[in-house]
Amino acid sequence: MESNLKPFSETQAAPIAELRGASKHYGAVVAAEGLNLAIRRGEFLSFLGPSGCGKTTALRMLAGFETPTSGDILLDGQRVNDVPPHQRPVNMVFQHYALFPHLTVAQNIGYGLRQRRPRPPETEIARAVDQALETVRMPGFGPRRIWEMSGGQQQRVALARAIVNQPKLLLLDEPMAALDKKLRREMQIELQTLQRQLGITFILVTHDQEEALSMSDRICIMRGGRIVQVGSPRELYDRPTTRYVADFVGKSNFFAGKVTKVAAGRTELAVAAGRQIAGVAPVDIAVGQTATASLRPEQIALSRETAGQTVPVEVINRIFLGEHTEYLVRNIDLGDFLVLVSRQAEASEGGFEPGDQAFASWTDGAALILSDD
Amino acid sequence: MQRRDLKTWLFLAPAGAWFLCMLVLPLIVVFVFSFGERGAAGGYVPAFTFDNFLNLGARWAAFKNTLILAPLGTLICLLIAYPLAYFLALRTSPRWRTVLLILVIVPFWTSILIRSYAWIYLLGGQGIPSLLNALGLGNPRLINTPFAVLVGIVYGYLPLMVFPIYVALERLDKRLLEASSDLGSPPWRSFLQVTLPLSMPGVATGCMLVFILLMGEFLIPAMLGGGKVFFIGNALVDLFLQSRNWAFGSAVAVALVLVMLVTVAAYLHFTRRWAGGRDDVSLM
Repeated sequence: MESNLKPFSETQAAPIAELRGASKHYGAVVAAEGLNLAIRRGEFLSFLGPSGCGKTTALRMLAGFETPTSGDILLDGQRVNDVPPHQRPVNMVFQHYALFPHLTVAQNIGYGLRQRRPRPPETEIARAVDQALETVRMPGFGPRRIWEMSGGQQQRVALARAIVNQPKLLLLDEPMAALDKKLRREMQIELQTLQRQLGITFILVTHDQEEALSMSDRICIMRGGRIVQVGSPRELYDRPTTRYVADFVGKSNFFAGKVTKVAAGRTELAVAAGRQIAGVAPVDIAVGQTATASLRPEQIALSRETAGQTVPVEVINRIFLGEHTEYLVRNIDLGDFLVLVSRQAEASEGGFEPGDQAFASWTDGAALILSDD
Repeated sequence: MQRRDLKTWLFLAPAGAWFLCMLVLPLIVVFVFSFGERGAAGGYVPAFTFDNFLNLGARWAAFKNTLILAPLGTLICLLIAYPLAYFLALRTSPRWRTVLLILVIVPFWTSILIRSYAWIYLLGGQGIPSLLNALGLGNPRLINTPFAVLVGIVYGYLPLMVFPIYVALERLDKRLLEASSDLGSPPWRSFLQVTLPLSMPGVATGCMLVFILLMGEFLIPAMLGGGKVFFIGNALVDLFLQSRNWAFGSAVAVALVLVMLVTVAAYLHFTRRWAGGRDDVSLM
């Protein structure tokens, strides 16, 4: 009722869910520590990180299966720390689907609607179930049994069972982990389309960076129970703030060293044997600190002549990737690193063979100087 | 192919021979005997008569006791065992669970004969009745009543009911309960809609196990019923060993087998329905 008094734009801008300093401790074990995150209305957000990074804990706190040890969970501006899962307008697609084996597909999908009080009439439930089956492209599957379904079909049923309730948040706990690669790709595209079509806020937990990058509006990268960086896939790829993020999102070459000089927008790093790498530091680093230079393989050019920041290299190996060729090259001081050369560049420069001597170069802004954690 | 068939038969032969000699042949003998007559000095004389079956009413008391106390005992076992199994499977830490499960098994380490003797004293004049008397709650007669037999069978068969239900509940995917909760069901409704239906195969197995064994029970009624409350098992012992009326005894045995067959058929029918047409439900 109160929301009627607020201007429309403000309610639009208000986050649908929020973690405010949310921590979860199990005795001495810290599963999540001081999580701060505002989830935007209608976005597709992913929690990305290796197992044990706290992403599932964050999701389970939103679902209500875990109560934060400290901090708050907000849903639509309301503190819901003590609201049990069955009273939260939130639904989850479980990792192994957790479909009820004793119920039919239609009964599984209608389960959530049948829990409502007052209970909706059966005709209405049947209509909603049919529509949900239609949405996940499984019309007519209602009377079937769960164990008759393939993995992909079970995944769709689990999805239908959640979306039929029109939740404020749809939580997806590694929903594609059990599918084979081809099916996973299909489901990813389908999920993304579905999210746009329904306008429901999706929150995905995954350890698969490709999955997170391809599907999400924003990604929340976690490590050791903490949030490391939140941003759009492009932001995380182009402007990681730590080496961890640069390593997790896409491929990169890393050169560890010590900061020697910080000038306007340019930080210099002394790496092995007196060699310097200059680059941009997204987060300020003081002179004398250890840091890492990150260079994406596609930002390095390979040529037979020197130009710009250049190091002489020997070509060790090459992998043909179609549109690109990936070279593994070696510099005496820097060690081995990867260079991705486009077909076009290769056409003008000519290909390289293992054993060839060449020069690797990159522009001044290409290298990122990152703190080590 | 021929060799493999031969091998298969060789492997199956011992079990098959055992099955044939110890189950099928005796059953045929009993079936044939049930149409015979009692010899002058007891035993069996070949004949073909339905008299034995028409005479089953003479053992009506035994049938009645068995058909009342066996289902009732099964039901009471179920009502005690389900909460116990539920507690063990879902509400106990793994460490305590092992300890408690062992406690459920421990009585089996002592012979049922000795444990039944213990109940004779507990339910007898010097036992619970005298305690109740001292407390001024009257002096009820417990031993040699249907109540005593019921106490004895529930006590003796409870573990057999606990285990299948425990296994069913233990195997229950706990994520299903989370899913139910996530979909808006409060805990008690999740129990009715998820836990209970999914544990039904365990319930059916436990009931089946206890019921079939109770139908053939004779030791507990003999000891705690004192000859006043007797089962079909006691009637059979009496007919074969005391009155030596093998023909009539066989007819009673055949009737008992028929009752059990009907029960097993009902069990298979219902478990298949609970499992939703899946065929992987077995007796155990």
